[in-house]
Amino acid sequence: MSKALDIRGLRKVYGNGFEALHGIDLTVEEGDFFGLLGPNGAGKSTAIGIVCSLVRKTAGQVRVFGIDIDRDFSSAKSHIGLVPQEFNFHVFEPVIEILINQAGYYGIPRRIASERAERNLHQLGLWDKRNSIARNLSGGMKRRLMIARALTHEPRLLILDEPTAGVDIEIRRSMWQFMRERNRAGTTIILTTHYLEEAEALCDTIAIINDGRVIEHADKKTLLTRMPRETFILDLRRPLTQLPAIPDFGLRQIDPLTLEVDLTRHCTLNDLFQALSRHGIEVLSLRNESNRLEQLFMEIVGNDDRERQA
Amino acid sequence: MRWRQQWIAFETLVIKEFLRFIRIWVQTVLPPVVTTALYFIIFGNLIGRQIGPMEGFSYMDYIVPGLILMAVITNSYANVVSSFFSAKLQHYVEEMLVAPIPNYVILAGFVAGGVARGLTVCAAVSTTAFLFASFHLHSLATVLSMILLTSILFSLAGFINGVYARTFDDISIVPTFVLTPLTYLGGVFYSLDMLPAFWQKLSLANPILYMINAFRYGILGITDIPLALSYGIVIGFILVLGALALRLLDRGYGIRH
Ligand SMILES: Nc1ncnc2c1ncn2[C@@H]1O[C@H](COP(=O)(O)OP(=O)(O)OP(=O)(O)O)[C@@H](O)[C@H]1O
Ligand SMILES: [Mg+2]
Repeated sequence: MSKALDIRGLRKVYGNGFEALHGIDLTVEEGDFFGLLGPNGAGKSTAIGIVCSLVRKTAGQVRVFGIDIDRDFSSAKSHIGLVPQEFNFHVFEPVIEILINQAGYYGIPRRIASERAERNLHQLGLWDKRNSIARNLSGGMKRRLMIARALTHEPRLLILDEPTAGVDIEIRRSMWQFMRERNRAGTTIILTTHYLEEAEALCDTIAIINDGRVIEHADKKTLLTRMPRETFILDLRRPLTQLPAIPDFGLRQIDPLTLEVDLTRHCTLNDLFQALSRHGIEVLSLRNESNRLEQLFMEIVGNDDRERQA
Repeated sequence: MRWRQQWIAFETLVIKEFLRFIRIWVQTVLPPVVTTALYFIIFGNLIGRQIGPMEGFSYMDYIVPGLILMAVITNSYANVVSSFFSAKLQHYVEEMLVAPIPNYVILAGFVAGGVARGLTVCAAVSTTAFLFASFHLHSLATVLSMILLTSILFSLAGFINGVYARTFDDISIVPTFVLTPLTYLGGVFYSLDMLPAFWQKLSLANPILYMINAFRYGILGITDIPLALSYGIVIGFILVLGALALRLLDRGYGIRH
């Protein structure tokens, strides 16, 4: 497989002297659904900005489908569609014009641009709004407008910087569906998000950036098997006055009807339930304390922060 | 990008720029018409009658070329500076930056927008002018080429101002404190001969003087300055400002972090 994006030793020092990226390496295979995660200020948007020519790099190399951006940024750009984190359209322009103009900047004739705009607006549920000025769209609609805009030139690599921020659950699910279909149709996708369940549901490969460094870069399945432990919440049938001593499970009582338990990889849920039954504790329902990737993310980033403080 | 694609990108920019100022014509096309009409009523009609003929023309007819060119200068400049500054401020300049358009196409698109506004205003103001003054046309070629070159020149200047501007103050400082004085002192209302020797010399440092005189030649057939010198100066400025604007774009000044 060829590489959709290949980043080597990428550094960024902003004008004020702040070093946002300390030489990062990242590879995204063609056809991948790639999650770029990291806390606020980690450097995700900076890296994306460099790839899309909104930010000038200080050092390093970026290749898009093998094209070095220092050699031929223009052809590299023609393969990328960007959905930026911040709204960046002309707020008084009608939706349809925003799309047709963007296509025009890629050299796409008006007729083809309107056909594509129509198709994408239908798919993203914005067709009714085609003549509204952008300012009159809701926040979630504006995000979808930016997705439609990024697709007008049918890019092979679609980069979405927090596309679902502030989008309601129903629309978010339909956006997931949309992104999955695009990905299946062959578009490589890079997604940043702070909703870890979103990354878990969609992405095949995950990279985590913290403080301008890549601290994790692996495929999602491998990553999840590395989870040292998983935390569950148990709802009980009867109130528990005294928490029995059950070793190996790090059992904690939250309130009389709720227990929290850490399951390491050596124990199974069966082990846990056997132990609880022995003490006459009946469990009504069971749920994850948080999403699995979220727990892993907290561990990895937490460890990294501690290591660097030490 | 191939030529055809570059052309489409250019066309897109021009249409967008054109629609931008046409939609707000009350703010863009109407004011210069009103201002010019006032100049004619006050200077041309009331005061002009006391002044008597200038180089064989009535004062009213004498000031027509300068007033038209003044409107072209102000409007070409204003169009590009405000358009580019808002594109920066609202970040939609990024729509162009992420696309594979060469910088010279971006520059050409904005300049063409400024020229479109300059020409539209020129047509509107000229129509108004000839309601008051008598119609003269000495050389159509000079008139058209001077309008076009002047409009290009001040569109470029407006672009550079837009690139450097960080606040709304920055986009009004140059028009108010540089452009307007230079235009007034560029011989819109008087002939160079009327000035004392020292001020004549000083006026020669004012590039706008050359444009107004060449344009007046096109309309009335009289000028204080040799025509070739005027063209040389305008074209020289266009080349210098064009190169500077492109350099700023290539460096991403003010638009790329
Ligand atoms: N123009 C700038 N000048 C100076 N520093 C900047 C600039 N833009 C970003 N930074 C800094 O660079 C760091 C990385 O910012 P970036 O926007 O890349 O983070 P991010 O990972 O996208 O965060 P978020 O999840 O909040 O969007 C931050 O500390 C930010 O303050
Ligand atoms: Mg960001």
